[in-house]
Parts: sequence; C-alpha cells; structure tokens
Amino acid sequence: MEHVYDTVIIGGGPGGYAAALYCARAGLDTLVLEMMTPGGQMCTTERIDNYPGFDEGVDGMELGMRMQKGAERFGAKTEYAEVTALDLAAEPKRVETSAGAVLARTVILATGASPRELGLPEEAQYRGRGVSYCATCDGMFYRGKTVAVAGGGNSAAEDARVLSKLCTQVYVIHRRDALRASRAEAAPLEKAENVTFLWNRRVAGIRGEGKLSSLVLQDTKTGEESELAVDGLFVAIGRVPNTALAKGQLELDAYGYVKADETTRTSVPGVFAVGDVRTKPLRQVCTAAADGAVASKFVEEYLSTREN
Amino acid sequence: MAIEKMTAARFEREVLQAKGAVLVEFSAPWCGYCRRLAPVLARMDGAAGTPPIALVDIDEEPQLAERYGVEVIPTLLLFQNGEHGERLIAPGSQAQVEAWLKKEQEA
Repeated sequence: MEHVYDTVIIGGGPGGYAAALYCARAGLDTLVLEMMTPGGQMCTTERIDNYPGFDEGVDGMELGMRMQKGAERFGAKTEYAEVTALDLAAEPKRVETSAGAVLARTVILATGASPRELGLPEEAQYRGRGVSYCATCDGMFYRGKTVAVAGGGNSAAEDARVLSKLCTQVYVIHRRDALRASRAEAAPLEKAENVTFLWNRRVAGIRGEGKLSSLVLQDTKTGEESELAVDGLFVAIGRVPNTALAKGQLELDAYGYVKADETTRTSVPGVFAVGDVRTKPLRQVCTAAADGAVASKFVEEYLSTREN
Repeated sequence: MAIEKMTAARFEREVLQAKGAVLVEFSAPWCGYCRRLAPVLARMDGAAGTPPIALVDIDEEPQLAERYGVEVIPTLLLFQNGEHGERLIAPGSQAQVEAWLKKEQEA
C-alpha cells in the first residue's frame, strides 16, 4: 500500500509553511513539496520590513528557513521535488513529482506567483542579456550604467530605488501618468536626482546585438515611437500566479488566480489555496501566513466529515 | 564534502586538472538567485551521482568569469578533462539542476 498523507502542501513559501505548521500541530500527516529553497519569493529580498515581530526587519531567506524549521519541529516533512502533474479529482488526490508520485487526502496549493513578462517576442532572447526581473538580484551588474525600470507599482518603485543607488541614470517607464506605488515607496524616487520618469509610455521593443542596447518606447496616447539607449531593463509590471498545473481542474479567475474565499476552499472539495496564488485583495508575507493557518482549520473539517 | 571557493590557482589544479568531473558554480554574495540556489547545491553535495562542487566568486576572480564568458549568475558549468559543456543559468528548481547534470555527465 502506498502512503497516503492527510495533506500535501505544494510550495514552501510563507503560506505553505504556515499551513504546514498548523496542520502538523493539529496532528495531521503533513508533507511540503518545495522545488528549490524554502521561502519562495521572500528568498530574493534581503530585508522584509512588514512582517510583524521583526522590529529591525528580517532577511527573506532566513525567515523562510525559520518557517520551515518551525513546521518541521511539529512533524511536518519536506520533500525537494518539482510537481509535474496533478490529479485533484482522484481519491486520494495524486501529485506527480520529479521524485515520484505522492498521494494525499487533501491538497493545499501554495505555489505563489512569478514575475510577469512584457510579452514581447524577443524578450526571452534578451533574458540575462540586459533584461532582468529582479533588481536586488541583478542590479550589481549595472553599477555605473544606465538602466530602465518598466512598471509603476510597489515593486517597480522598490527596484528603481535600489538601482538609483548603483546606476548613473534610472528611467522609470510607466504606461500611466502617475505611480501606483504607495507614498512610502514613491517618495524616495521623487527626491533622487538620477531617476527620470517617462510617463504614458510602454516598452514596445528590445534592440541590441546579442545584448540589449536600446528600447523602443511607444507613447500610450499618441502611439508615437521613440528609442531610448540603456544597458539594462528591469521588468516590474506585476506577477502571474503559478497555476498552470491546476488549470482545467478547479475554478480560476480571469487573471489565473485560484478562486477561493477567506476559508481558502477552492471549487474542488479537499483542495485549498493559500498565499499569492489565491484571489485576494493584498498579497503579502503576512496575509499568506494567515491563509496557511486558516487552511488547516478547513482541512481538518474536510477530513472529519470524510471519516463519518 | 564542503563546497570550496576557488582562487585562480586552485581552479587550475582542482578543476581543470582534476581526474574526474567537477561542477562549478559562478556566483557572488550579493546575488539573490545565487543565495536561493546555495541550499540546493548544499543538499546535492556529497549525494550519489553528484561530482565535487566548486565555487567561483566572480568579484574575487573576475578573470575566471571573463574566461568562461559568465555574464549572468548563477551560472553552472560541468568541467571534465579541463573542458565544459552547456551552461545552466539561474535554474528554477533542484530537478532542473539534476536533469542538466545528468545530461552533461552522459555527454
């Protein structure tokens, strides 16, 4: 007989490990599947200042490791494997991974989100050759150079702030005429002398011989095109949920997020969604962790109704 | 086994002149993707099928990075008899590293 877990959690970010902590403490046989390193998106940031309890901020990777240890202290297990297919309708539910199949009575989707791409045909060919999706990761390559940031939200503002300290010149390219970023994120940029805002424009093309050397910008009002010489482009135009594997098996919203309310229950009984992958108004470490705690309650409820 | 940081001299001796294959990671302390990859390599290190792993800090050894055309980090190269094959840049999962390594070892 193959082993059947009470719950298998896909993704080892804050949502996943909070769910693991609560499920393990409730006595459930709990497995977390993580394909890389615990912490998820937190890993690429060295300082998280908005997770309560860390008055001086906390390194994202350290927080991820601590969340993992906390869950494992109560018996949750971690398997480092990549999920390749899901069968959410089966009983028990079946998760195919790079390390073999895993069976579980419930599944918690905690797969998070990834950076959204511009969608240009030439984008992939310039990835790592001038196009980046993480300023804190790749910013140092552009020390003393000229770069552009595409986007107008909090992550774009944060990227522009990081880059303004390293680069000679930072252009912020936004399709509207004002940032969507919060005041706390936007204010330092308006003061920085080497940050220039290019409003009402979008990146329409990437040019360069093997390596990015300029961008084609299109005015969103007039449609007029212009060229901007830069050494690097940082894309920060939001995120896309990692729901490709679940597509067609449960309800997603128009943007691909898993439809689930505050109970984290999805359209499929016994399947739950926590963190950035779920439809919700605010995607933060702290709201992901909260989802994880809530999910355990409804996993327990689901399991108890199945027993009777 | 520990993953050791190479100087140019050690690289020559312990990677290029090694009897067997050596997996080399080019990285830097400020690189976010590299930090995320580090625990993956630490887990793989010493496991069956994994060759010795060596680290090159591209800030400390810029000439090694240049010599192998490393423009993005993390970059992984498998060296055998002083030569390397296809590079793996910023892998997104442990499974991806394992699959690449297997392919390189069979090449």
